[in-house]
Amino acid sequence: MAMDAVWTILTVTAVIWGAAAGRMGAVSAAALEGAAAGVQLCLSLAGAVCLWSGVMELLRRCGLAEKLAMVLRPVLGRLLPEASADPDTLAALSGNVSANLLGLGNAATPLGMEAACAMAEGCGGRASDELVRLVVLNTASIQLLPTTAAALRTALGSAAPLDILPCVWIGSALSVAAGLLAARLLEGVWR
Amino acid sequence: MSDYVVPVLLAGAALYALARRTDVYAALTDGAAAGLKTVGRIFPSLVALLTAVYMFRASGALDGLTALFAPALRLLGVPPETAGIMLVRPISGSAALAVAGEVMAAHGPDSNLGRTAAVMLGCSETTFYTVAVYFGAARIRRTRHAIPAALIADLTGFLAAAWTVKFFFPE
Repeated sequence: MAMDAVWTILTVTAVIWGAAAGRMGAVSAAALEGAAAGVQLCLSLAGAVCLWSGVMELLRRCGLAEKLAMVLRPVLGRLLPEASADPDTLAALSGNVSANLLGLGNAATPLGMEAACAMAEGCGGRASDELVRLVVLNTASIQLLPTTAAALRTALGSAAPLDILPCVWIGSALSVAAGLLAARLLEGVWR
Repeated sequence: MSDYVVPVLLAGAALYALARRTDVYAALTDGAAAGLKTVGRIFPSLVALLTAVYMFRASGALDGLTALFAPALRLLGVPPETAGIMLVRPISGSAALAVAGEVMAAHGPDSNLGRTAAVMLGCSETTFYTVAVYFGAARIRRTRHAIPAALIADLTGFLAAAWTVKFFFPE
């Protein structure tokens, strides 16, 4: 798997580069420092991650997710017209996108998978244009509150962890737009 | 102004939820429990990855890598120190978290470099994981242009991260 390669490349490069640069003492010390830093980072992240998951769950339960889903339906109808024609798939799709917006990955993924399965029926293992669009929509993170990034900033002592909000919103919007545009341009080429 | 965002969001969500007769406290604690699960899930990989990242950095290889990509990144207006984040972000969420955390710790979370690292995390996804999950569930073998299009989205997000931070936080 990809992570096997990542970990192996990082450590093997560290050994070769460190030996060549005569820095093996530092590399050796860094291994255990890194492990300790991992524990520390996780502990300092825990508070903010738990708080934000709690708030997002609260927003979901008090009906905000459904409201978001209502707002999203016309957009989804344009973006994924065939899938949106089926009411069950449309419900799963709008649930998927609204959970993504709230940053609730645990809620978003099962709904997105449900929609993807319905959209893939009878396609013989070939992704349809709309299914690719759904996947691109899910690989481009669109979040109202970038909770993990904010939690990381909080953990490291930021004075205003959410001052990046406008940057994240504009960045995500551009990223989604570019992904969908690329999908539109490539769908004719990649049959 | 930004001092108000978090407290008002917390109080406002509670008020709104209470008005809608939602079990405010249970929702908060259930959500927090789910958050703790997330933390527990990334704990082992953060320990493993930071070990490797620290070794990589201590050997001087990270500086070498940064120098390698620096000219191209500078041309695009992206700080070269973020090269590591962009390389691992599509592959692993916790690796990106570890690398971005290192950049923020080294340069300060409130520096523009630290902000760019955070925005990069906020406007991209673990592309390969997401593609594997969705196409795996739907039994798709021919994924066609999904990965190129998704990577174009990630790249756009990274560039936009650098540019928007420069625009909103002029130095």
